[in-house]
Amino acid sequence: MSAAEEVVTEAPAVEAVPKRAMTLGYGTSLVVLAALILTPLFVKNFVIFQMTMLLIYGLAVLALNILTGGSGQFSLGQSAFYAIGAYTTAILMEHFNVNYALTLPVAGVICFGAGFLFGQPALRLSGIYLALATFALALAMPQLLKLGFLEHWTGGVQGLVVTKPDAPFGLPLSQDMWLYYFTLAVSIGIYIASVNLLRSRSGRALMSIRDNEIAASAMGVNVALYKTLAFGVSAGITGIAGGLGAIAVQFVAPDGYTITLAISLFVGMVVGGVGWLPGSIVGSAFIIFVPNIAEGISKGLSGAVFGVLLFLVIYLVPHGARQVALVAQQLTAKLKRN
Amino acid sequence: MTQAQLAQGHAPLLAVRDVSVVFGGIIALNGVSFDMHQGQILGLIGPNGAGKTTLFNCLSRLYQPSSGDILMEGVSILTRPPHKIAEIGIGRTFQNVALFPNLSVLDNVRVGTHARTSSDIISDSLKLAWIRRTEASVNKKVHEILDYLDLEDVAHSIVSGLPFGTQKRVELARALAADPKILLLDEPAGGLNHEEVYVLGDLVRKIRDERRITVLLVEHHMGMVMSTADHVVALNFGRKLAEGTPSQVQADPDVIKAYLGSKDQ
Repeated sequence: MSAAEEVVTEAPAVEAVPKRAMTLGYGTSLVVLAALILTPLFVKNFVIFQMTMLLIYGLAVLALNILTGGSGQFSLGQSAFYAIGAYTTAILMEHFNVNYALTLPVAGVICFGAGFLFGQPALRLSGIYLALATFALALAMPQLLKLGFLEHWTGGVQGLVVTKPDAPFGLPLSQDMWLYYFTLAVSIGIYIASVNLLRSRSGRALMSIRDNEIAASAMGVNVALYKTLAFGVSAGITGIAGGLGAIAVQFVAPDGYTITLAISLFVGMVVGGVGWLPGSIVGSAFIIFVPNIAEGISKGLSGAVFGVLLFLVIYLVPHGARQVALVAQQLTAKLKRN
Repeated sequence: MTQAQLAQGHAPLLAVRDVSVVFGGIIALNGVSFDMHQGQILGLIGPNGAGKTTLFNCLSRLYQPSSGDILMEGVSILTRPPHKIAEIGIGRTFQNVALFPNLSVLDNVRVGTHARTSSDIISDSLKLAWIRRTEASVNKKVHEILDYLDLEDVAHSIVSGLPFGTQKRVELARALAADPKILLLDEPAGGLNHEEVYVLGDLVRKIRDERRITVLLVEHHMGMVMSTADHVVALNFGRKLAEGTPSQVQADPDVIKAYLGSKDQ
């Protein structure tokens, strides 16, 4: 084994990514946080609304990242959990007059349960077959929401209108700005919790399943339990994002939660870098802003332009924003040395 | 007297009792029995297709024997699901190395402690005080093992980029992290060169001596088994052919025939 050791010491592990690989360094985190806190003070309400949606979709992409990047399971059904979260919040707020902030944990718990249950049959499926099963869930959800006997609660095809909350304690903030900061606080909390989770014993169990199920099982990891938990956690976070989305858009309707949303989230995850949590917000920005840019280039062919842009991103940086961040890190390190 | 001989009088740590495995019409194992005693290195040998891997997979609960029983400290393991084998003290490595390729050496070995620790997703997400204490003790143990197996230099490397021999040691470290009473090694010499094989043999003996772990060595590298094991069981066509000390088994005419073929063939 001496020969093996020599090889290792001679070639410093360039590819080795320390365990912080899933997150950002302190400095970068602070810069991003400062930008997120300060920008709304200088922009119009519509931009603040867009930034709120950026955070909300960022959460949904993060949730998918935990599922796919963490446990290695695919899902094209995230729109279904997003819808359940949105409707939970809307129904609680409009029918039961529950405070908007309190509806979010309820949406999270209900979606965790839904995801955990959906994870049971998903245990028998893997890879593309699991993707197909979740795809079916996404297709079914808008129709389920239109069902006649649920109409009293869901508002059927018409959907429900949600009242936007005012800033509390008489704070001099517009509704949009208050909702933005509220969403930001929730997002930071969920982001930190997700980072903690992935770096913990549970997170390692998930990643060991992703990499080798039989070996994980031999180490005592209950593969079935952790796979369904991953679905539950992912669905729970998506549900909270859905609830926030309902409040921000002030409206829920079945056709807002079609398979298109699930695919967008999937695109966001790939563009942000699968398994790299900070990439979630980059992926979210991509799915919110790039369609607009595409429309700016050509109104009639916006879909095709979006496709070309997406293709370019995947071709140039197959690992998404994570790759860009890594290159930037290496460049700054080189500059510092010179 | 060797440790194994001293232990002969006591109840076996692991007992394989009349185990048979039938796949369709093929009898992969046919009434195999043997005992493993505390502190022993038991070599399980046999030509390809003799049933070594089948028996190994019964021990790690990937296969269910058609009949017979396997007892760990007197208790049957056959009702346990595969993920509840590590917690009773049975650890293993895999034939062609089954690490978690995208994780660092550290994290691979940390997963090894999974069966010996507990947590839940809420406490983990909130990084509660008791989680931090558990992690601290996990890290201490993991670094002790990395140090023991001379892996500290590559602790932060992703395992998929490491040389094969190093990966084998990482796998050994991961198995040790679960504090096994018995370590199942599935063809550990496979893919190693001549020198590495004997270094590995010495390491296995060192682990047995210093950490008092009983070892089941499934191997068809005869040289390694004969120099490392203190008790050998030979299988052929799913049956036990011979059992005894390495020199006894090596001299057994049936074993010689199974490995070299008979003269009149």
